[in-house]
Amino acid sequence: MLKYAVKRILLAIVTVFIIAAITFFSMNAIPGGPFSKEKAGDPAVQAVLEKRFGLDKPVHEQFIMYLGNVLRGDFGISLKTGRDISQTISESFAVSARLGGMAAATAVCIGLVLGAIAALSRGKWPDRLIIFVTTLFVSVPSFILATLLLLVFCLMLGWFGVWSPNNPNYVLPVISLALYPMSYITRLTKSSMLDVLGQDYIRTARAKGVRESLVIFKHALRNALIPVITYVGPMTAYILTGSMVVETVFTVGGLGTKFVSAINNQDYPMIMGVTLFLAILMVAATLISDLVYKVVDPRISFD
Amino acid sequence: MKEFNTDKLPKKQILSMQIDLSQFEAATDEEKTQHEKMRESTTFFKDGMRRLFKNPLAVISIIVLMILVATIVIVPEIYPYSYSQMIEVNGKRDKTAKNLAPFEYSKNELKAIEQGQEIFPHIFGTDELCRDYFIRVVYGTRVSLIVGLFASLIVLVIGLLYGSIAGYCGGKVDLVMMRIVDIIYSLPDTLMVILLSVVLNQVIGTALQGTFIARIGTNMVSLFAVFGLLYWVSMARLVRGQILSIKNNEYVLAARAIGTKPSRIIAKHILPNCMSVIFISVALQIPSAIFTESFLSFIGLGVQAPMPSLGSLANAARGGMQAYPHKMVFPALFICLIVLSFNLLGDGLRDAFDPKLRR
Repeated sequence: MLKYAVKRILLAIVTVFIIAAITFFSMNAIPGGPFSKEKAGDPAVQAVLEKRFGLDKPVHEQFIMYLGNVLRGDFGISLKTGRDISQTISESFAVSARLGGMAAATAVCIGLVLGAIAALSRGKWPDRLIIFVTTLFVSVPSFILATLLLLVFCLMLGWFGVWSPNNPNYVLPVISLALYPMSYITRLTKSSMLDVLGQDYIRTARAKGVRESLVIFKHALRNALIPVITYVGPMTAYILTGSMVVETVFTVGGLGTKFVSAINNQDYPMIMGVTLFLAILMVAATLISDLVYKVVDPRISFD
Repeated sequence: MKEFNTDKLPKKQILSMQIDLSQFEAATDEEKTQHEKMRESTTFFKDGMRRLFKNPLAVISIIVLMILVATIVIVPEIYPYSYSQMIEVNGKRDKTAKNLAPFEYSKNELKAIEQGQEIFPHIFGTDELCRDYFIRVVYGTRVSLIVGLFASLIVLVIGLLYGSIAGYCGGKVDLVMMRIVDIIYSLPDTLMVILLSVVLNQVIGTALQGTFIARIGTNMVSLFAVFGLLYWVSMARLVRGQILSIKNNEYVLAARAIGTKPSRIIAKHILPNCMSVIFISVALQIPSAIFTESFLSFIGLGVQAPMPSLGSLANAARGGMQAYPHKMVFPALFICLIVLSFNLLGDGLRDAFDPKLRR
């Protein structure tokens, strides 16, 4: 276990390092630095500026400097607003985190219930209905779903208010963010539940006369939950990227909106900073879900 | 067969066990056919196809996809409008043909019709630049489908080569190759797509100006590049796993014993046996590529205007969504139809061809 944990953490560190390298060298590859000739004019001024920001040093030293800054939580300064990027991230991420957390909780809760129902009524109409609906939901891109929800429930029916910072209405953004992972979890739970229900220990439990509800909740569902843990990492990634779209559609002022507007404004330091921040979050989520998976089910052996 | 003549047989002894052939009748042709096997022998492929065509959802999705492909091939050839052309009446630009509803004519067109001209109706209406919307949606479908197919093809080729080399060689080569795969696999793919699209746009955008590729849009090129760089890893893992399990079969050992070259063993003996699993994965890769493309179009990294894709059309329609909901609905409907069909087809293929699911 310890060996596996160490190996897994090392892989995560290498991954973050590589992502940092990609962001750094992408920044360097984009033509025109912050003090390129057409802006600074005087070569002397430019030399001073470059020295001030360490741009006169060789690339590998700049990279080490960049890594040090990232470790201290300094992602640089936005080209567009001139503000500190880490400050912008910490301000706007609160909204995104709340939205994403709610979406994740909704997806897991409803997905598990639906998956269990589908598995228990295998081949009957509830199973077919659930599988049909979830297949439909995984086929709709989130931005189309979000736009249609906004159009129908906000603008045409007027059931929900349009988002404003003072009067945030989380219902529609959460729904549009949660439906895809929910459908995925439903399918995952169904197949793992079917797997578990065919196991010998379920037959044993039934044979010795354990109540059916106890068989399902204590013996089957608990074991069926294990594969769902592995989906936590991908789900975090999906929700973080999906929130870019959903926040833009509902004009929620979170990190996703900031990121999309940074792309449209070609605000490269901001793009790189947010990418790195989100990537670290995703890698961390995957790491945690892998470790938890191993702790919960010691039968699983990784090579 | 030699005819037996009962007279020519050796004379019977009293206690002989010799069978008296005169008491037997020759079988007629009809009787002979009854002894042949009852059913045509079937191959794995035929059997799978039979199962596939028994699945109504898979059949419907095949039909839908065939209709879509026929539409995107035929319609641009015979349709009177082109995707980038503003509507003209009598050779003049018709500025009244803006944001028309489906099957609506503009004022100038109505006048021309009164004068006896025939004007083809705008099946899906027109957009804000007076372009026929139906042909734009058809073109968008074309672009989206091509992106999906090409991206899956890139993933297939790279993943197949990499995975089969790693799986076949084994040992240290495999270890190193799979470590690389592990690292690429742990990169968050959507973020990397965004990042690389942003950078590649800047870097190769200037280099490619004026060439054919610039017309497709550097965004498209970078999308393909990203698929080639990142998305092949799960395919490589899949192929490697398949090869590892097939490699130890006796027929591979036999082929190796008679000195067959490794490349031939991979191509002739191993790959055909893991084809079904690979094809299922490709069928499921296409909708994910279309998803990625529409996502990128949404955040402003999609195909180059005036070339439409379904994602960019839907994104452009968000502006006037309340007034012209049909502009949103049509591309959205097409994306959902394509993705749903491929998903159902992939599920059907898996049920039909995956031997592990057979009971």
